Amino acid sequence: MQTHIAIEHFSKNFDGVEAVKNISLSVSKGELFGLIGPDGAGKTTTMRSLCTLLPVEQGELSIVGLDVRKEVRRIRSRIGYMPQRFSLYPDLSVEQNLLFFADLFGVPKQEKFQRLQELYHFSKLEPFKKRLAKQLSGGMKQKLALSCTLIHTPEVLILDEPTTGVDPVSRREFWLILKKLRDDGVTILVSTPYMDEALLCDRVAFMHKGQILALDKPDKIGRLFPYALYEISSSAPQKIQNHLQSQPSVQTVHIFGDRVHASFRESLSAEQLATIQRTAPEPIAAMRQIEPGIEDTFLELMKQVE
Amino acid sequence: MPDFAVFTENLGKFFGGFQAVKNLNLAVEYGEIFGFLGANGAGKTTAIRMLCGLLMPSSGSGAVAGFDIFKQGEKIKRHIGYMSQKFSLYEDLTIEENIEFYGGVYGLARPQLLAKRQDLLQDLGLSQQASTLTHDLPLGYKQRLALGCALLHDPKIVFLDEPTGGVDPEARRNFWNLIHAMAEQGKTVFVTTHYMDEAEYCNRVSIMYQGEIIALDRPEALKKQYGQTSMQDVFIHLVDR
Repeated sequence: MQTHIAIEHFSKNFDGVEAVKNISLSVSKGELFGLIGPDGAGKTTTMRSLCTLLPVEQGELSIVGLDVRKEVRRIRSRIGYMPQRFSLYPDLSVEQNLLFFADLFGVPKQEKFQRLQELYHFSKLEPFKKRLAKQLSGGMKQKLALSCTLIHTPEVLILDEPTTGVDPVSRREFWLILKKLRDDGVTILVSTPYMDEALLCDRVAFMHKGQILALDKPDKIGRLFPYALYEISSSAPQKIQNHLQSQPSVQTVHIFGDRVHASFRESLSAEQLATIQRTAPEPIAAMRQIEPGIEDTFLELMKQVE
Repeated sequence: MPDFAVFTENLGKFFGGFQAVKNLNLAVEYGEIFGFLGANGAGKTTAIRMLCGLLMPSSGSGAVAGFDIFKQGEKIKRHIGYMSQKFSLYEDLTIEENIEFYGGVYGLARPQLLAKRQDLLQDLGLSQQASTLTHDLPLGYKQRLALGCALLHDPKIVFLDEPTGGVDPEARRNFWNLIHAMAEQGKTVFVTTHYMDEAEYCNRVSIMYQGEIIALDRPEALKKQYGQTSMQDVFIHLVDR
């Protein structure tokens, strides 16, 4: 498989602060790769360095086989980068924004309008093409920004939290577009604070404090969780959490929506389960052992590096 | 008028010929965590701006903290807290300067402000970093500082507009612990979010679609009513049509 993004022993300092510490990873052509991790983990620094926007002092970075340090111009014509705050022109219409970016990236005139049609086709923005960008909803703005990023048909897409502040329906739509691009052979590196989106990636890397703490398929990340995990259903999850936090046998306890996830060193016996249910301050409707998910593992790995 | 933290009857807002909010009916209790959900562009921000006394409604009636939305906007502003992830803090001010700025805006007397400042810095664990530029704080701290600033005048009602946007799962949980603590003190928390696990933490939620509230109930009741297992599924079921 062809490697489209290669990072080898990459480190980055800002005024003596190590933002990224010796990370290595590679993304294959047509792979949808997710970067997750808390604010300040080094995700944006890594992405900006790949996009030739930051000087690289330590380590090797390459995109479609081109050295990020030496091939700035060639790389820029082959990647699309959508930063966290993508700048659309608010006083230009949807179509004017697209045409502006087409000219910026030197899309030939004869191809320009066909490309717009293709982008309208997947973004469903055509009915709004005369609308000013500032009058678009948050989800539509992000789709327009993505369309502008795609105007020159890049082979590699680098997207920094493209769906932050976007509602669940628009997010789902946005990810259907990403999957379609991936199926067409585009390589995508995307960061996200939403764990349900991390599950949609082919592989994810979990970054924290400049390091990669885990790198695997999303359904395999849970193997790193060191305890036996239980899901508890109750109408008062807050009270169940507070109660379990004071129990010495409980390793971790977190609320997940209307459920509580609690972990123990070993799987519980039927008797131990019954005791927990009996001594709970609020009725427990159900308690069962579950496979740890990406969010359980995220919370645990973060704690281990503190 | 009954004693609700937020009460509206058929509140509406036109921008020219476009009706951004239609017949908004809300009755939010003191001490309630109320989730105000909706798609991007559904009219949530317009509605919140009316409730905060920042935008004159076109029709209907309503009161926040007992003050009339149409006539007593200034009083409302003094009795509520407002925090948005996007533009609450001044990045080029230090942490203590931000606190002093907000204390000034809310008209706190000097001794009261100094005491509040000390408490807040201590709560945040930032007493040693008081003169650090806000820009240099990690996002999770910024959010807690922004919330602290919005609470300096001890408001009974707090409006939080996407307070956890872009924040990691751990920081979001920490923030929600603060929300639960506020509600236990009797404060009303009126919160918007795009994280549907957070919708589950609210006492009641409303879902807004094209300017109208199309569902309003406790999360358990909504899941039951629409035959869905999570609020994420309820939201998609109602909005994606």
